[in-house]
Amino acid sequence: MRVDCNAFLGAYPWRKVPGTSPDALVKALDRTQIDAAWVTHLPSLFWRDPTEGNAWLYETAHKERRLKPVPTVHPGWAQWEQVLADAANAGAPAVRCDPQYAGLDPAGGEMRVLAAACGAAGIPLLLAVRLEDGRQRHPNDRAAELPAAAVRALLRSDTDLRLIVTHADRGFIEEVHFGSTPDEARRIWWDICWVWGPPEDHLATLLNTVGVERFVFGTGQPLRLPESSVAKLDLLDLTPEKRDALESGNLKTLSASS
Amino acid sequence: MLVDVHAHFYHPRTPRADWRERNVSRLTAGARIGISVHVASILGSWGLTSPIYFPSPGDVTAGNDALLALQREHPDTIRGYVCVNPNDTAHARAEIERCLGAGMIGIKLAASRRADDPLLDPIGALARERRVPVLQHIWQHRRRDWPGQEASDAIELCTLARRHPDVAFVLAHIGGGGDWRHSLHAVADVPNVCVDLSGSGVDGGMLEACLESVGVERLLWGTDLTMDTGWAKLRFLQTLLSKDEMALVRWKNAARIFPAGAFPTD
Repeated sequence: MRVDCNAFLGAYPWRKVPGTSPDALVKALDRTQIDAAWVTHLPSLFWRDPTEGNAWLYETAHKERRLKPVPTVHPGWAQWEQVLADAANAGAPAVRCDPQYAGLDPAGGEMRVLAAACGAAGIPLLLAVRLEDGRQRHPNDRAAELPAAAVRALLRSDTDLRLIVTHADRGFIEEVHFGSTPDEARRIWWDICWVWGPPEDHLATLLNTVGVERFVFGTGQPLRLPESSVAKLDLLDLTPEKRDALESGNLKTLSASS
Repeated sequence: MLVDVHAHFYHPRTPRADWRERNVSRLTAGARIGISVHVASILGSWGLTSPIYFPSPGDVTAGNDALLALQREHPDTIRGYVCVNPNDTAHARAEIERCLGAGMIGIKLAASRRADDPLLDPIGALARERRVPVLQHIWQHRRRDWPGQEASDAIELCTLARRHPDVAFVLAHIGGGGDWRHSLHAVADVPNVCVDLSGSGVDGGMLEACLESVGVERLLWGTDLTMDTGWAKLRFLQTLLSKDEMALVRWKNAARIFPAGAFPTD
């Protein structure tokens, strides 16, 4: 069983990206032997009201059972709590808020209130450090990357909050993990898509130092080739149990504790 | 057969205490991926005693010596690019002669001097004379100067390539940072520039754009610092290309631009 916790549907505003339709994503899942994907409506991240794509997302996920909706929430908009309620009712595995794209202070009051609400509702909050390499972004794509300090602040702001952070590299992960108490660090999961494999062996190092249980399979597709995350695992010497934990087991543990 | 046209190794006179582990890791991962030959370079002391992208003559020589030693240690799997700093023309030319004579098969230009600078012409002339390709470090669409390097972009490389139409140039790591679309526009009509697919970037649409820009016959497979992303691109390309086309990317294009006999089945 392989589950991608970091996938998108819909167009990207800054460049042409193939394979953004639900059908195309399912074909990519088949191609890379991924059984299910947690999906967010990508255009929503850039809309003034990022929740406007959620209805389409639910409808799409209802039609294709391999897609699990991760709706977007903006804690600066009135009635944002309803997004959490809808997510819970729809069985969404997580909700998403990327404060840098929403123009929010990533560790500010609105994000802390959202963190508390997610903690109370038992819904994991998913955030991306970045979507693209900063060296290639469109000149007008100026949203800052998510700071590691903000992730630590959110973890500390609510003891029930559980975070999934995507597109983080080794340095970011180490800074947050070792800058947190063991209890705080146990409430965060990292997707592997931005972590380097050999010969630098960042992922192998992190699995040893941070722990296999803290990592989940994610790809960032279709912005990134999903083959990359599969190749990272294929280049590790993992026991079947650890591989299973990375590919789906840790997400099951996370979901079971919701 | 699979040729990695963009590999690096380390040696004891670098800042990295883990140099040996990184070298072993590359060879181990390469075996798992199925890499037949790593065509590699060493950039001087990797910053220990002179800057990575502005290596001193002594560090250039020491780095090349370390790579020659690795090539002798792994005669079936490692080939070398001779790395030079073109700011010291005499040393660069002497180093090229020395290292090609010792069995290296290409020239590596990092970011010591802009690619369109006339100082690179003696290097180009020597590459033509010795019939070896030049791998040029590229910042895809460099919009400004970056500290620590005099990086070139594809337009500057193409200027050099047009001045040396009989030399094969390799645009380094299309996935290595920067706007790869800018580079693909620049190289489309410059037939003596090939595109190396290495780099940590695995953007959806990048490989399709590479094929559209330069065609399958000017694509070279490589890894640079991330072999996982290299393997991913190879796997995805298999869904786009026929078996014969894959052979071009895997090794036949490399065999065409490197000297005859550079690779085992050549």
